[in-house]
Amino acid sequence: MDKLRIAVVKMTGCAGCQMELLRLEEEMPFVLEIAEIKYFVMAKRENLEGPYDVTFVEGSVSTPRELEELRDLRRQSKTLVAFGDCACHGCVPSILNWVPPDIASNTVYENFQAIHSKKESYRKICPLDEFVTVDIHQRGCPPHKSTILEILRSAALGVKPFLRRHPVCVECKLKENVCILTFEKRACMGPVTAAGCGAICPTVNRECEGCYGPMSDANAQSLAQKLAEIGLTKDDVTRKFRKYAGMTPAFAREAGKK
Amino acid sequence: MSKEREIQVGYISRVEGQGSLEIRVSSGNIKELRLEIFEPPKFFEAFLVGRHCSEVHELTSRICGICPVPHQVTALRAVENALGIRISEQTRDLRKLMNYGCHIASHILNLYFLAAPDYLGYESVFAMVKDHLPTVKLALKLKKLGNDLVELIGGRAIHPVSAVVNGFTKVPEKKDMELMRKRLTEAKNDAYDTVEFVASLKVPQFVRKTEHVSLFSQKEFPINEGLLASTEGIMVEEDRYREYIKEFQVDYSWAKHSEVVGRNAFLVGPLARVNLNFDRLSHDAKKMARKVGFEVPNFNPFTSHVARALEVVNAIDDCLAIIDKIPLREEDRAYEIKAGTGFAITEAPRGLLYHSYELGGDGVVKRADIVTPTAHNARNIENDLRELVPAMADLTDEEATLRCEMLVRAYDPCISCSVHYVNLDRVGGL
Repeated sequence: MDKLRIAVVKMTGCAGCQMELLRLEEEMPFVLEIAEIKYFVMAKRENLEGPYDVTFVEGSVSTPRELEELRDLRRQSKTLVAFGDCACHGCVPSILNWVPPDIASNTVYENFQAIHSKKESYRKICPLDEFVTVDIHQRGCPPHKSTILEILRSAALGVKPFLRRHPVCVECKLKENVCILTFEKRACMGPVTAAGCGAICPTVNRECEGCYGPMSDANAQSLAQKLAEIGLTKDDVTRKFRKYAGMTPAFAREAGKK
Repeated sequence: MSKEREIQVGYISRVEGQGSLEIRVSSGNIKELRLEIFEPPKFFEAFLVGRHCSEVHELTSRICGICPVPHQVTALRAVENALGIRISEQTRDLRKLMNYGCHIASHILNLYFLAAPDYLGYESVFAMVKDHLPTVKLALKLKKLGNDLVELIGGRAIHPVSAVVNGFTKVPEKKDMELMRKRLTEAKNDAYDTVEFVASLKVPQFVRKTEHVSLFSQKEFPINEGLLASTEGIMVEEDRYREYIKEFQVDYSWAKHSEVVGRNAFLVGPLARVNLNFDRLSHDAKKMARKVGFEVPNFNPFTSHVARALEVVNAIDDCLAIIDKIPLREEDRAYEIKAGTGFAITEAPRGLLYHSYELGGDGVVKRADIVTPTAHNARNIENDLRELVPAMADLTDEEATLRCEMLVRAYDPCISCSVHYVNLDRVGGL
């Protein structure tokens, strides 16, 4: 079998997803056995052009340069993976999309206009599939490293990877946690959030904050109502939905008008 | 030196984030020298306004996937300072364990994955596997130890979840902590090997005296708290940071630059920490320093790697000491929301990290200010290059380019971190 040709590319993100990939410590020999890493600037000095079999794109698109690169990667890649929340939904940086662009740049830079590459920022965060066809949405902030292996294994076998989109609640039940939303009346996003993390937050007595984005067919409106019933203000509820995936159709209404 | 030379690195590899290097020498003089950060700005300080103080650390964690822990700890401490919260000794210790875990993982990543390939003649750690499997295995094992320590304390290795304002939602189980103690103890030899390995790398003899800035403490090696200090005599409380450090924008980079007020650019990171706190390193870290002939003060930025390796030994020793005394009991985390302003400085693996927040009476952020290690270092890297480049006359263009990259990697820059700033017109910006 030919080795899979892999590319790992960073756009507007925090490198956490690439760090999760580098967290494949014990699994690294296996990965290198089935895959050849052709492009990975954070880890390699010699980076090669495509074609690639699997391209992991971390981060969202926020500049024309990134958009051009993304389109180029799409052409060069058999399977394009939106690697993590920023690529899938915009994640935390997408909160910026509710801040008027001029206020954003003037808060941060004394003289935004003076930076010669100013046209290089849209001052807006866009998930990859606003521009190109994405083959695999690998959710999570960061996605668990087991899903990276699942994607590589599936690509090697030529099958579709199995990535969960049932709610965090399913994993929470499997962990035998007491429901913190119904029993403790704490603002848990688990009922609308895609699983895959292993319900790590409720397991350590913390409310799920929704960092895997919406599950399939999420009922955001119902959870928003429930959150209001247990005492959250309107602003609190808006902040809950306008965090990791406020741009998604499933959460857009509760995340509030832009 | 060669009279004409151009060094261009369009996308600097083996560092976190997107930056480029452009140096032009003409008639023996440097005509142009820029470390350009083209990583897009993410405007964190702008969208943190309007968010609740209880989620600030969760959001700022997403500034950086390599150093999420110091971003969390700094944000938590700044918010707690604004709210007037005094955290428990146990919370302080758990946060220290968690940040040390991050330091270990990040330092090992820099030493073996990002820096070592240059010195051993490989393009990446993956290419080293064939000839240096035991070294790579040791690196993976130590890195995993750091990651697992963060996961044990924080519930997840990258972007931990259990650290919250005034404590942890759950403290680790005693039996898991015991296992971690065992692994840390066993890792000591690997850490010693790391110091010797790194000290054996032939670094360029390049000494440039510049101001080194880090936290300072009389009683411990400072990671999460301490005084703001420098090798040129700064020694003040953290809330006076803005009186001493000013930042300003340059027209070619999304990262702002920093200087000590009235002086010049400065260096932050492991070398600055060790220079300013050598006496508080653990006994065994000092022993290893003597063994490999590392002396302070040291102003060769390339030897940051040795300081980094010594810090791994120190981190393990400090963690073991904490695990010996930590009670591991669940604590009350209740606190009251009120208006206020808070400041905090911590040490990220790559250096001094500053956060400050102004909160309204409802606990909502009214103003945020964050300055990251790589923003602190950006100008100093350029200043180093200004002296390094003319001293490379005997090198080919290719060798000279690699050496410039090696200098950049010695700072272990985290470029994602460096592109989130806020204007503070009340201080002496340009």
